[in-house]
Amino acid sequence: MKNSLGRFVPDGYIPFENSSAHKAKKRVTVKEKHISQGFEELADISEMFDKLKISDGMTLSFHHHLRNGDYVLNAVAEQIKKRNLKNMKIAPSSIFPNNKILVELIENGNITDIYTDYVNGPVAEAISRGKLKGMCVMHTHGGRPAAIESGALKIDVAILAVPVVDRSGNGSGFGGKSACGSLGYAVSDLMYADKVVFVTDTFTDKLINAQLNGTYVDYVIKTDAIGDPAGIVSGTTKITGDPVGLKIARNTAELLDELGYIKNGLSMQTGAGGTSLAVAHYVKNVMKAKGIKGSFASGGITGYFTEMLQEDLFNELYDVQCFDLKAVKSVSSDPRHKAISGSRYANPYDDNVADKLDFVILGATEIDLNFNVNVTTDSHGMLLGGSGGHSDTAHGAKVTVITTNLVKSRLPIIKDNVTTVTTPGEDVDVLVTERGIAINPRRKDLLEKVKNSKLPIITINQLQEIAYSITGKPEIKEISGKPVGVVVYRDGTVIDTVYKI
Amino acid sequence: MKRGIAGSLESNDALITVKESDKLNITIKSIVYDFFHTQIEKVIRETLTELGVDKIDVVCDDKGALDYTIKARLVTAVKRMEGGK
Repeated sequence: MKNSLGRFVPDGYIPFENSSAHKAKKRVTVKEKHISQGFEELADISEMFDKLKISDGMTLSFHHHLRNGDYVLNAVAEQIKKRNLKNMKIAPSSIFPNNKILVELIENGNITDIYTDYVNGPVAEAISRGKLKGMCVMHTHGGRPAAIESGALKIDVAILAVPVVDRSGNGSGFGGKSACGSLGYAVSDLMYADKVVFVTDTFTDKLINAQLNGTYVDYVIKTDAIGDPAGIVSGTTKITGDPVGLKIARNTAELLDELGYIKNGLSMQTGAGGTSLAVAHYVKNVMKAKGIKGSFASGGITGYFTEMLQEDLFNELYDVQCFDLKAVKSVSSDPRHKAISGSRYANPYDDNVADKLDFVILGATEIDLNFNVNVTTDSHGMLLGGSGGHSDTAHGAKVTVITTNLVKSRLPIIKDNVTTVTTPGEDVDVLVTERGIAINPRRKDLLEKVKNSKLPIITINQLQEIAYSITGKPEIKEISGKPVGVVVYRDGTVIDTVYKI
Repeated sequence: MKRGIAGSLESNDALITVKESDKLNITIKSIVYDFFHTQIEKVIRETLTELGVDKIDVVCDDKGALDYTIKARLVTAVKRMEGGK
């Protein structure tokens, strides 16, 4: 079967229609369970497997807030391997290179299905090589909470790394030796998994305003360390020094200003990449020059935004995940910097922050002439990421801007058709490159506003021609073969398929 | 055996190694092989013709270099090989 974008959808999945289709559907939530008697403490991960009778075919979930320093998913994988459990399904909100132990378990059939929002490194490669017996189901950061709360993604046991836990089982990422800030992506797992286990390395007497409510927690395991602080957050996230990136960022800020989006009460989100942060920098300069104060910034939060909060350029930050130490410190101490859940961030059926954004600055591995964006695979079809919040914020924001170099390592970023659709072109409004800016022809309102602009605004086809004049025209590579994964749009429908390569 | 090397394995560059040979032999390894191998081979052949070289062993390890980079690296590698005479 094919979806509305002409992309193949494997049997058993619902084809994508359009990015507003969720509006016709009702929010579905399975029953939450609360524990009245308080949690039980377990000695270690092995005892957890015995006590919860974790067995073949079960679904275990995890969050990725400890990022590339996480020990908990790996420790659970070690037990699956030791016990030689089969056909296990895992649902980590993201998978990083340090989770490479999973490759062996995938090859041995211990793990056969994966549900995640983002995967890179050796596990992504193993999936692309067809090692996984089942499917890799790629959600968005907003679609994952929707799938969990509706029961579409049923979790037997949520095994959640929590930097600090109090005597009532409340959990927080604000303290402890593995402090990581917001634990937004753990909240749906906490509320809707059949059983919930916290793994911590720090107990405290009482947490005030803990992000994770202890009334959902069945078991707590105290271990020596839940993660390696060096891999959890980067020390600093920095603005790019690359003149090409800076030019793209400057033009983006200028365009947003000309479009009238840099105004009092503005709300924005950018990624944590160097060019995205440079856009924030130039937007900040305009805000300061004009005496503008924004309402909020959201997303994965970096030190750059906490500095803007300290300079009173925003009323609030909505933080689902902290990217650096400054963000961790700020969310732990500044009441205007609020930790939010993944559902509140971007669940299409929740009152979500993404829907309230004025503009979002996003990246692209590829973009095509219809403005569809790929951040899931490379041009060979190899998995290298996933939506994260890409398609959620692209849909929610009034203006979605993609910033990218026109050419990366000889590959023109503008394709006739993207290898894999992550975010549909109907939600992508502007492409800013170092050689020019293209506006989606659907956005006649934007085109009208900039018709007298001095900015280099041309069509996306013209931008593609410029790229070809530099690189030569690439040969077309057909990607087909056995489906190894599906790209699930935030409403649960399938927007594209990932193939074995 | 005389040989010449030029370039690097940095992104957007190519490392080209040439060796004396009694026949023409071109080996291309590229991160964009699927998309540009025909074009890369064409640039190598045209450059060799310009240099008047028809028997040589060329190994191109490409990291996304543009045509003019590949040409410059090949010309230099051949000069270095001949300088070793």
